[in-house]
Amino acid sequence: MTDAKTTFGYYPGCSLHSTGAEYDISFKAVCEKLGIELQEPKGWICCGATAGHMTSKLLAAALPVRTMSLYEQAGISDIVVPCAACYARCKAALHETAHDKELKKDVDEVVGRPFAGKVKILNPLEVFINLLTPEKVKTLVTKPLTQMKVVCYYGCLLTRPPKVMQFDVCEYPMSMDKILRAVGIKTLDWSYKTDCCGGSLALTRTDIVVKLARDILEEARAVGANAIAVACPLCHANLDTRQTEVEEKYATTYNIPILYFTQLLGLAFGVPAEDLAFKKHLVSPEPLLAGTPA
Amino acid sequence: MELAVTKECIRGDFARKVLEESGTNVNLCFQCKKCTAGCPIAYEMDVMPSKIIHAVRLGQKDLVLNSKTIWLCASCETCTTRCPQDVDIAKVMDAARIVALREGVEPKEPEIPAFARTMVRNIWWHGRTFELGMIGRLKLATGQFLKDTGLGMKMLWHGKLSLLPSFTDFFGVKGMMARIKKKEAEKK
Ligand code: SF4
Ligand code: SF4
Repeated sequence: MTDAKTTFGYYPGCSLHSTGAEYDISFKAVCEKLGIELQEPKGWICCGATAGHMTSKLLAAALPVRTMSLYEQAGISDIVVPCAACYARCKAALHETAHDKELKKDVDEVVGRPFAGKVKILNPLEVFINLLTPEKVKTLVTKPLTQMKVVCYYGCLLTRPPKVMQFDVCEYPMSMDKILRAVGIKTLDWSYKTDCCGGSLALTRTDIVVKLARDILEEARAVGANAIAVACPLCHANLDTRQTEVEEKYATTYNIPILYFTQLLGLAFGVPAEDLAFKKHLVSPEPLLAGTPA
Repeated sequence: MELAVTKECIRGDFARKVLEESGTNVNLCFQCKKCTAGCPIAYEMDVMPSKIIHAVRLGQKDLVLNSKTIWLCASCETCTTRCPQDVDIAKVMDAARIVALREGVEPKEPEIPAFARTMVRNIWWHGRTFELGMIGRLKLATGQFLKDTGLGMKMLWHGKLSLLPSFTDFFGVKGMMARIKKKEAEKK
């Protein structure tokens, strides 16, 4: 047994309640298997995502601080934030309020709730990597997923900028690869781990997202991957929901399922596929999961 | 638009405003262009990121605020991560957008700030992002009613969009937004 922490605050954010519901469902399923208890206080709000920092420095810091103060007041010190955008906004707000006294003063005034900045913001990768000891793996892994050849796509937000995020190796992270390999899933080396998918430009300049998504899908196919693992609902939306559009525009077929790494972990731990929300994906992973080559 | 350095732009307060909003010192830039080389959106930009930084130094307010670049930047932070001089280019892009919005400059990519505004209004109302309502309001704001309708239906079918909004922390959020607005107005 390790004495690693097993109780965490949980900040799902807006996406995990809608477009990223699969991430929420599968994350919770994995937590249950790992004996992690999640506490979600009522009243968390949106992190502001790109709209916050694009329109006001104060708004961008105040929104995450209002949420983080809620957890702090509930006595929660370690908060897991699966959505990479919420994770990045919370970390940026912590960093900025710690380094900019004037901003901190303004934030305190507008938030209207005390915040000491004593919370720790974690993403599921860093939580799981500490808990997945070899003994745990031995008892938990029940389903071999030998048909999988996965590339791990970390996106922009988990590691950049390194000064603020302080997570993994910025340009070549390995945490997701290590976690999936630990449970027996093959992950491939590729050079698009942290390339940008265009993020929220999807709703305004869709053409840019379609081009960037194509570059990512193209490289995934070139290295022989049959699935892409992600840890961000924005990356998921751009690669999964836009995949048909990419195929139409570039007259090609990828048919590469985009899976949350938590869905893959859940499967390996023997969680039934029906409980991991694969039906919500637009590119169906079912043939691949059934072991039949796509 | 080319860089045309006049006494007015150097004496103007644009560089100072950007410094205030971004907290980054653009004078450290030595024009190595690494930021531009790694930018995933550069192919669609009218002014390269390295040129935006140089233009801010020279107080070329019109060139910066009238560029497509400041709106197209996806805030991927690749430039900021790689700059050997520790210039936070992504923050400078944010600062330029904030100054442009504050000063009422007509944006060269109008849909992008329209989207941001819609989202902020959404947070004001719901405390959270209610995607379906936001998409509806974005369509009203941009007049593009048919864009992505098919995809939207597909997403509804797969249960990816919730039909009902939440109203979280209703008065708390409104109070905070009002206080932010007041503070921002003091700054102008
Ligand atoms: S990478 Fe930094 S130093 Fe080089 S051109 Fe860009 S801002 Fe200037
Ligand atoms: S943050 Fe903006 S300017 Fe910098 S590399 Fe990304 S898209 Fe380009």
